[in-house]
Amino acid sequence: MLNKYPLWKNLLVTFVVLVAALYALPNIYGEDPAVQISADRNATIDASTMDRVRNALDSVDIEPKSVSLENEQLLVRLNSDNEQLKARETILDSLGDNYIVALNLAPATPEWLKSLGAQPMKLGLDLRGGVHFLMEIDMGEAMSKIIDGMKDTVRAELREERIRYSAVRVDGTAVEIELRNDEAFQEAAQYLDNRYQGYVLAENEETRTLRLEMTEQKIAETRDYAVDQNITIMRNRVNELGVAEPVIQRQGSNRIVVELPGVQDTARAKEILGATATLEFRMVDSENDVRDAMNGRVPFGSELLPMRDGPQQLLKEDVILTGDHIVNAGVGYDEYNRPQVNITLDGVGGNKMSLATKDNVGKPMATVFIEYEATDERDEEGNLQFTKSAEVINVATIQSRLGSNFRITGVGAQEAQNLALLLRAGALIAPIQIVEERTVGPSLGQQNIDSGTQAIFWGFVLVLAFMVVYYKKFGLVANAALATNLILIIGVMSMIPGATLTLPGMAGIVLTVGMAVDANVLIFERIREEIKAKRSPQQAIHHGYDSALSTIADANVTTLIAALILFAIGNGPIKGFAITLAIGIITSMFTAIVGTRAIVNSVWGGKRLSKLSI
Amino acid sequence: MMNSEERLPFMRFRGIAGIISALLVIASIVSLSVNKLNFGLDFTGGTLLEVGFQEPADLNRVRSSLESEGFGDAVVQNYGTQEDILIRLEPRTDVKAEELGSNILETLRAEFDKTVEMRRIEFVGPNVGDEFIEQGGLAMLTALICILLYIAMRFEWRLAVGAVAALAHDVTLTLGLFSFLQLEFDLTVLAALLAVIGYSINDTVVVCDRIRETFRKYAKLTPLQTVNRALTDTLSRTLVTSITTILVLLTLFFLGGPLIHGFATALLFGVVIGTYSSIYIASTVALAFGVSREDLMPPEVEKEGADQDPLQ
Repeated sequence: MLNKYPLWKNLLVTFVVLVAALYALPNIYGEDPAVQISADRNATIDASTMDRVRNALDSVDIEPKSVSLENEQLLVRLNSDNEQLKARETILDSLGDNYIVALNLAPATPEWLKSLGAQPMKLGLDLRGGVHFLMEIDMGEAMSKIIDGMKDTVRAELREERIRYSAVRVDGTAVEIELRNDEAFQEAAQYLDNRYQGYVLAENEETRTLRLEMTEQKIAETRDYAVDQNITIMRNRVNELGVAEPVIQRQGSNRIVVELPGVQDTARAKEILGATATLEFRMVDSENDVRDAMNGRVPFGSELLPMRDGPQQLLKEDVILTGDHIVNAGVGYDEYNRPQVNITLDGVGGNKMSLATKDNVGKPMATVFIEYEATDERDEEGNLQFTKSAEVINVATIQSRLGSNFRITGVGAQEAQNLALLLRAGALIAPIQIVEERTVGPSLGQQNIDSGTQAIFWGFVLVLAFMVVYYKKFGLVANAALATNLILIIGVMSMIPGATLTLPGMAGIVLTVGMAVDANVLIFERIREEIKAKRSPQQAIHHGYDSALSTIADANVTTLIAALILFAIGNGPIKGFAITLAIGIITSMFTAIVGTRAIVNSVWGGKRLSKLSI
Repeated sequence: MMNSEERLPFMRFRGIAGIISALLVIASIVSLSVNKLNFGLDFTGGTLLEVGFQEPADLNRVRSSLESEGFGDAVVQNYGTQEDILIRLEPRTDVKAEELGSNILETLRAEFDKTVEMRRIEFVGPNVGDEFIEQGGLAMLTALICILLYIAMRFEWRLAVGAVAALAHDVTLTLGLFSFLQLEFDLTVLAALLAVIGYSINDTVVVCDRIRETFRKYAKLTPLQTVNRALTDTLSRTLVTSITTILVLLTLFFLGGPLIHGFATALLFGVVIGTYSSIYIASTVALAFGVSREDLMPPEVEKEGADQDPLQ
């Protein structure tokens, strides 16, 4: 019998639609204003924290909708927007600094749906408000830091091995070592050969020079490492800001995208994220005279640096320790109530500090504050140019051998706060610059959602009306397919973890609504043709679907190719648009070919028909 | 008898259509090279602010207060409503660019009152914009090449050339329109342009498909008659799909809000042009290259092992 679907096909269609509808469902529940509390490193979240939060809210007469513990985070749902800020303040006051308290919008998805993993679509920043940063890493600086470290290592090891060298210096991505005599040259060549992974050794006997050159692979690895390290630190810093659901991603070879939904105070966000301050600890060169140096005779291996509120200082070039080894930093006060920054180092850092200070008790050590600032200019290769400013903030006599814990003084109170925060969040291996920033206010976000939804709604209604007028009963079938298609798109968008709905994405949906009827139009036109050619209605339906199939496939595959290329190459709004377009093409093919066939078959199939309403 | 099957004589006007298209393409290219595109912030870099006032904004007061703060080069205009204004600044080197937005907002809040609402701040570094242009161009080119390959593989190279010519035609004219009217060309417009590619190709493939089918079905028709017949058979489909698409684009144009305006404009124009080009450009080009029935007959597929006895 013609035009009958086997049971399994009908079941398949029903099943797909039901699943999609189920996963699309969370989108209509909306979101609750919420406050999200997570613990910093020195705190834990448990039932007692929950009680403290409840009591604190109670004291200001805020009745939370719910307080729940999820993934080590406390989520306080509130009944209205205007309680949100007050609740956050109150909770922050009562819990103290060890907790990160962030404003959030929590999906109000009911439990049974959540247990199925169903969640509403993620909204892009243009729809929910927030800030988007694109940051670029100064790769030149990252490389030179790494190679400088290598230079120090080589120098220290040669010293350890008692190989006499006259100079160790950096040349591009290589360390050059000049040896004193032939014997030392041989010894060094033997010692350094194959010693460092990622470096190749070149010997020049005439000039008694050895060259450790970074391999291409090592260079690539180093660049990757610089990006990864920066991403980790960005993550720490974002945590310090207390933002719910931030996005921190690599983009291209030297960029990082940071998206902070809901953040309005962009000035502070920029100050924290973009700051590239770090500390260095160096010995003061007390063997040479500062005044000589100030007159232009800076001794080899030393450097003259300005000091905050004081005379210039002559420091050894060798760095004892950089900020990378700092694991924690906090603000404290000394006996005279002056602010100080208490610093804790990691194991390696502690060892280095301990080694360096062992033989130097009684000598002065300086803390250097280093800041990088982008100049907005670029070199020929398009790399950002930065100026590095170094300033001595403190010189102290080493009283005893230092370990993993020590403190630095000589900073102002506000500065101590910022410094501690930055050091805690980690020092960037290379300075960064914000090259793109997009901030969308919450009211504009809401307006974008409203106008987008409205456009989808009215576009939808117009198409529905047109189809019924033009194709009569078959138009109704197409409309059912169209509605199902919309549900499928929303369901799939909600299911795919990486998919985010943006304003161009909404435009993509609108466009899909318009184009989705195309497959049906192709089929229906074929059916009309078949009827004109005097086929029986059942034959017409059968042939109509059959002959339209390859056309639909070809037409959509080409569009799909375009969408996939957009997704692969484009970014930002283009990507958002490409996702909805691609999903829309696939779902509309499904609904138009299989979905409408199921309906047509069950309504008209297997019957003796004299004419069709098409 | 077959001649009556030819139906609407579309191809009779292909000469005129060709001339009109050629003129329009030339005009577009001229406009693109003279007027250039009015690239938006995404491509040029710079700073853009959208701020909302409680009451209709006094643009002159905004301008003078910005001027006194050293932002004399700012372009200030209404955006959407009377209460909303848009401020644009070229990339500059004297101030830290990424802080400009907040500085301006502070200035406005000091001059007017605290109720000045930040709706949107965008800052794009100059180099990022260049990359967007490069990336966008690359995306479009790759899309064109991949589509060309797919159609050449599935159909025949003459039709593929026709389809891609139609695509290039649509993209050039849309770009030309933006250049001629000096409409702002931003990333959403680029996305729209790529959607035009998607739509246009969809339309053209349907026509090509029918041309192939008609060639195979009616051996006695000349290529010209075949094309006419295929176009006639697909005409109502072409129009219905265009109408529904245009309907939703109109709602997007009127209801979608100012941010999506450029997107809707580009697509509306693109869909109209795309509909026309799928009728005239693709088939005219394929005909000009001498597409014939022989080119489109299904290849004789020799089944692997067909001449062997089936295994027992």
